[in-house]
Amino acid sequence: MKNIDSYTHTRGESIYVDDLPILGGTLYGVIFDSPIAHAKIINLDISQAKKMPGVKYIITYKDIPGENQIGGIFPDEPALAEAEVHFRGQPVAMILANTEKQGREALDKILFEYEELPVIVDPREAASKGEIIGPVRTFRLGSIDTAWNQCVHIFEGEAYTNGQEHLYIEGQGAYAFPVENGSIRVVSSTQGPTQVQRGVARVLGLAMHKVEVDVRRLGGGFGGKEDQATPFAVLASIGAFISNKPVKLVISREEDMRMTGKRHPYSSDFKIGLDENYKIIAYQADYYQNAGASADLSPAVLERTLFHGTNTYFVPNIKISATSCRTNLPPNTAFRGFGGPQGMFVIEAAITKASEALGIDRAIIQKSNLLQEGQEFSYGQIIEGCEAQSTWNQAEKDFEIEAIRKRVKKFNINNKYLKKGISFMPICFGISFTNTPMNHARALVHVYQDGSVGASTGAVEMGQGVNTKMLQVVSKTFSLSPDKIKIETTNTTRVANTSPTAASAGADLNGKALQIACNSIKDRLLSFIKKHYNVKDLNDIKFEDEWVYIENKKTELNWEKLISNAFLARIQLSEKGHYATPRIKFNKTTEKGHPFAYHVYGTAITEITLDCIRGTYVIDKVSIVHDFGKSMNPIIDKGQVEGGLVQGIGWLTMEELSYNDEGLLLSSALSTYKVPDVFSAPKEILIKFLETENPNLAILKSKAVGEPPLMYGIGSHFAITDAIKAFNPNAIGLFHAPMTHERVLLALYDDNKNQNGNVIINNRIEKTHKQ
Amino acid sequence: MTRFILNDELVETNLPKGMVLADFIRYKQSLTGTKLGCREGDCGACTILVGSLDDNGLNYESVTSCLMPLGNAKDKHIVSVEGLNIKGLNVPQKAITDHGGTQCGFCTPGFVVSLCGFALSDKAKNQEQGTLSIAGNICRCTGYKSIERAIGTIVDSLVDKDDVRPIEWLVSKKFLPDYFNTIKERLDEFKNESQKTNILNTESVFVGGGTDLYVQRPEEMFDKQIIHTLHHSDLKGIWKDKGRCHIGASVTTEELKQSTVIKELCPQTDQFFNLISSLQIRNMATIAGNLVNASPIGDLAIFFLALNSNIVLNDNGALREIPLNQFFQGYKTLDKKENEFVQEINYLLPTSSYLFNFEKVSKRTYLDIASVNSAICLHFDEQCKISMAHISAGGLAPVPKYLLETSKFLIGKLPNKSILDKSIEIAQSEVAPIGDVRGSVRYKRLLFRQLLTAHYMKFFPELYNC
Repeated sequence: MKNIDSYTHTRGESIYVDDLPILGGTLYGVIFDSPIAHAKIINLDISQAKKMPGVKYIITYKDIPGENQIGGIFPDEPALAEAEVHFRGQPVAMILANTEKQGREALDKILFEYEELPVIVDPREAASKGEIIGPVRTFRLGSIDTAWNQCVHIFEGEAYTNGQEHLYIEGQGAYAFPVENGSIRVVSSTQGPTQVQRGVARVLGLAMHKVEVDVRRLGGGFGGKEDQATPFAVLASIGAFISNKPVKLVISREEDMRMTGKRHPYSSDFKIGLDENYKIIAYQADYYQNAGASADLSPAVLERTLFHGTNTYFVPNIKISATSCRTNLPPNTAFRGFGGPQGMFVIEAAITKASEALGIDRAIIQKSNLLQEGQEFSYGQIIEGCEAQSTWNQAEKDFEIEAIRKRVKKFNINNKYLKKGISFMPICFGISFTNTPMNHARALVHVYQDGSVGASTGAVEMGQGVNTKMLQVVSKTFSLSPDKIKIETTNTTRVANTSPTAASAGADLNGKALQIACNSIKDRLLSFIKKHYNVKDLNDIKFEDEWVYIENKKTELNWEKLISNAFLARIQLSEKGHYATPRIKFNKTTEKGHPFAYHVYGTAITEITLDCIRGTYVIDKVSIVHDFGKSMNPIIDKGQVEGGLVQGIGWLTMEELSYNDEGLLLSSALSTYKVPDVFSAPKEILIKFLETENPNLAILKSKAVGEPPLMYGIGSHFAITDAIKAFNPNAIGLFHAPMTHERVLLALYDDNKNQNGNVIINNRIEKTHKQ
Repeated sequence: MTRFILNDELVETNLPKGMVLADFIRYKQSLTGTKLGCREGDCGACTILVGSLDDNGLNYESVTSCLMPLGNAKDKHIVSVEGLNIKGLNVPQKAITDHGGTQCGFCTPGFVVSLCGFALSDKAKNQEQGTLSIAGNICRCTGYKSIERAIGTIVDSLVDKDDVRPIEWLVSKKFLPDYFNTIKERLDEFKNESQKTNILNTESVFVGGGTDLYVQRPEEMFDKQIIHTLHHSDLKGIWKDKGRCHIGASVTTEELKQSTVIKELCPQTDQFFNLISSLQIRNMATIAGNLVNASPIGDLAIFFLALNSNIVLNDNGALREIPLNQFFQGYKTLDKKENEFVQEINYLLPTSSYLFNFEKVSKRTYLDIASVNSAICLHFDEQCKISMAHISAGGLAPVPKYLLETSKFLIGKLPNKSILDKSIEIAQSEVAPIGDVRGSVRYKRLLFRQLLTAHYMKFFPELYNC
C-alpha cells in the first residue's frame, strides 16, 4: 500500500504548521538569541526595540507566568535565559509584532550587554574540568582485567565522529491560540505532543488539561523534533497566553541551524584484544559525548551508545564507559540511531585497526565474531531470533562477494588514479525505548454510524509512513477498504500521555494499541452477530471485503448494514486500546536487564570508486540484506532503508558541522552544510528482504525499520578508507568522520600525521569569508 | 505595478518589486504548496516554473522562487504546484506516488514542479536529463532512489512527445492542466502592451537573477528600488563579431550552457556547467551577477578569466572596456563605479589549436560552492609549443585569481613533466589561501596542486602514464 499522504503531498495540498490559515489578530514571534556562547548577562534593554513599528510585546524570562524550565530529563534548561547564557543561539527574548518583518527589524534594537565566560567546545576538555551531565555509565561483561592476558593481539586507538544537522526540510515552528478559560491550543511540528503539552503547562503554570497540542504531520523529524520542538511551542504559547492573541513562531533555516542541537559528536578511545583465530576476546571503550549546554536527551542517547557498543559482535569480556560532557554548544539531541551509530563506529574502527595491523581483510574479523543465538549482550539480554549470521551469509552469497572482490582487485591493478574500495557493515539494533516506562501507547477508534472509521493514536506522521501502517492495522482488523478509514491528527485531547514518536517504536506501540481497540469493537460486533443471527460459534463468523461471512457463506449483511444495525441495537462503536510492551526491563544500577522487545539485523556491502587525483568519490553500490521480520508494507519499508542509508552516508561523508573555538557554528546554512543530493546517493541500492518467521513483538510481525538502516551508512566510511589504502598504503587509522573530500585528499597525499595515523585537520578557523 | 499570470489567473500587484516571489505566492496568494526550506536556493522546495515568450514560442524554466524578485515575474506565466494539478494526479505526481517517492512530503511539490519543467523542456528525454532536472531539489527522507525510479516512469511516458506542439501534447497526456493551452495567447497580449524601458540609474540597485543578492541580503532587497536587468533585451544574446565572442550581461548560466559557442569550446563544457549551482539557479543566475558578486570563487569568473575575457561597463550609455582580470581589485572590490552596470563580456575566439579545461572540487560535487576551482586555456603553435596560456583559480586569494606569472612562464615552452611541475610551483607562489569552512589552508594548496595536475593529465595523458 502506498503512503496515504502521497496524493496531497504531490499536489502541494498537505498542510504543515506554516501553511495554516492565519487567524485575525495573529502576532508573529521572532526570537532574540544569544550572540555569545557563554556569558553573564549584565543588561538586557528592550526599551528601544519596543518602540519599533508593529512591535506589540517583548517577552523575557520575567514575563513567564509559571516555571522557566523546559528540561526533559534534568531541569537544566530555561525557556528564556535569565542570568547567564550557555550557547550561541540560546533564546533570550521574544518579540511579538504585527508582521514577522517588523519583528525582525526590531531585533537590532535590543541592547544585550554581557560579561564573557570561558567557552568549552571540546568534550574531553569538558570532562577534564568536571563538566559532566549525570553519572559516567559503564557496561560490563566477563572480566576485562584478566581477559587481556588471553589475547594474542591487542590494539588501541582513538575514533571521532562529528555531529549531524537533522535538516528536516520543514523547520521548527508552532502556532498557539488562546482558548477560553485560560487554556491554550498549540499546533506544533513535534514528535512529542505530550512533551510539548507538559512543557507548555509547566512554563505557563497550568494544569496539563488546559493545554491541547495538535499535530497533523511533520516535514521531517529524524529525532530533531523529539525534544527540541518544545522550546518553540512553549515560546509561541507564552506569547499567546500573554497577548491573548494567536501567535505564530516559525523560525528561519539559519536560526534553526544555530539554535537547535544536533546528533552528538563523540570522541572515543578503544582497546581491542583478539586471539589467534581473530576472535575478539576483550573490548574496552571510553566514549566522550559532546552534549552541548544542557542535558536534553543526552543521558538517554549516551545509554544507547553503550547498548550498541559492540554492534552485532559477540565479545565475552567487555568494559565500555560513557561520559556525557557539558559544552557551550546548542544542546545536542536525538537523531535517528540515538547514540547507537556513534557506538558502532568505534568498534568498527577498532576492528579496522586490528585488520590493518594484522594485514588481513577486516571482514575476516567481522565475520568471525558475529552474534549467535543464546549469547549474551553486555547488558544481560540473551540473544533470541538472531539474524546476524544469516544476513551476513546471504549477503555474501546473493551479492557474490568473491566476484566483487576479484573485480575490485583487478580494477585497482589496472587503474593508477582511480581506486575502488569495499566494506561490510553488519548491524544489530535493539527496538524499544531503553527507558522502560516509556514503552506503552494508546489509541482511540470511532466507528461512525455510516460505517466509516476514524482512528487516533499517539504516533506522529513525519514521513515514515506510520499513519499508513496504522490505517493498515484498522483495515486488516475490520477487513475494511482503506477509503473508509481516516487517521486523525495526533492530539493530546484524544490520546493522552503519549511517548514521543521515536526509537523506531511508533508503529509497534501505537499499532498494537490500535489493534487492541479495533479487536474490542470487532469482538462486540461478533457477539452482536452471534446473538441476532443465532450463530453457534463465534469462530464461524468472518469479516471479508466488507461482508459478513457465516460458516464461510456470504450473508446479506455488509459492513455498513452491520454497523447501522449494531448502532440501533445500542452497541458501543468507540473504543480505546492500551498496549505496554511485555517482558522488557532494565536495572540502571546493575546495568543489566532485558531492555529490548527484539533486535533488527542486517548486512550491507558498500562499493565505492575514488578519484585519487581530486580526492573525490562516488558510491557505486550498496547491497543490503535486511531483516524486516514480515514487512507489512514493503514500499514504505524499502523507503526507510534507502532513506536511512543515504542519511547515514551523509553523516559519514559530506555533512560536516563546523564550530569554532568561540562556539560559533560556521556551517550554519545550506550553502555551507551539505546534505546528500541525488548525485551523492549510491548509484545503486539493492535491498534483499530477509523474511523471518521468528516470533517477534513487532506489529503484524513487521519489524521496526526507522533507525537501523542509518547505520549501514557507516560502511561508506570504511569503503572509502579501503580505497584510500589501495592508493596510499600508509594511510591507515583513518577513524575521523566524516570522510570529506578534504580528509580524503589529505590522506591520499599528506604524510603529516599524528601517532594514531589520524589526519588532524584544524576545524577551528579564525576568519571566514562569506562568499 | 507588476502584472503576470499566476497559474490560471491574472495577477496585478503593487507590492514591492523586491519582495521574493515565494513570499508573494505563499503569504499573499495563499498557495502554500510552494514550500520554504532554506531561502537560499539550496533545497528547491520552492521551485516554480516561469513561462516566457521568446522567438521559439512559449518556454518554461524551473527556478527557486525564494530568490526571485517579484519584479522579475513581470509579463510571465508563473506556475506553482497548484497550477499543475489536474483532476486526479498528473503523470509526474502519479509516478512519484507509485514509486513511494514521497515520505514527509515537504520537498515533494518542488520535485513535482521540476519534473513538470523537465517534461516541458526540450531536453533529451532520458534518465540522465531527468535526474539533472532535480539537481537542485533536496530530499532528506527518501534517499532519492524512489524518485529516480519515478523519473524512469516519467521518461517512458515522454518518448512520444510531440515537439511541434509540446504543450497540447502534454495536456492531452495528463502532464498539465488544459489551461496551459491558453497561455501563449494571453502572454502575447502582454507583449503587445509592454513598453521598453531604458536602464537609468536613480539611487537604485541593479538586479539580474537575484541569486546572490537574495542569499546575502534578502531583508535589504525588499524595499529597494530595483532595476531589473534579467529580461532586458539590450543585455541578452551571445554573438560572434570580428573574431570575438560577445556575451550579454543578462545571459543566464543555463543559456550559456546551452549555447553553441560554449559547446564548441571543448567537448566537456556541458559537464563543467553541471557543476555550477543547479538548473533552477542557472535558469536565473546571470553572468554579470556572478562577476559583480566578486566572490573569490565565482565559477564563471574563473571560467572567463581563462578565456582572457574583457568586460564592458555601461555608465548611462558611456561604454568602457577593461580586461576581466583587472576588474577584480581586492576582496569584494571591483573596478566599477556605482552608476555603472555590466553590458557584456567578450573574448577572442581561438584561431590556433588550443586546449581548455575547467576543474572544481567542493564538499558536495553538485550544487555547492567550490573549495578550489580552476580553468586553463593553452594555445599551441605548429611546433606544439605553448603559444599562449591563461590559467585562473578560485578560493585561493581575495579575488578570482588570474595566474599571471604561471601563464607567462608556460608561453614558449614545449610541455614536459618538469616544465609542468615547475609551473605548479610558480602557481603556488601566486596564491595565498585562507582557511575557512570550505577547507583548511593545507587542503586548498594541496587541492590546487591536484587540480592543476588534473588539467595537465587531461591535456597530456602520456606525460602521466595514464
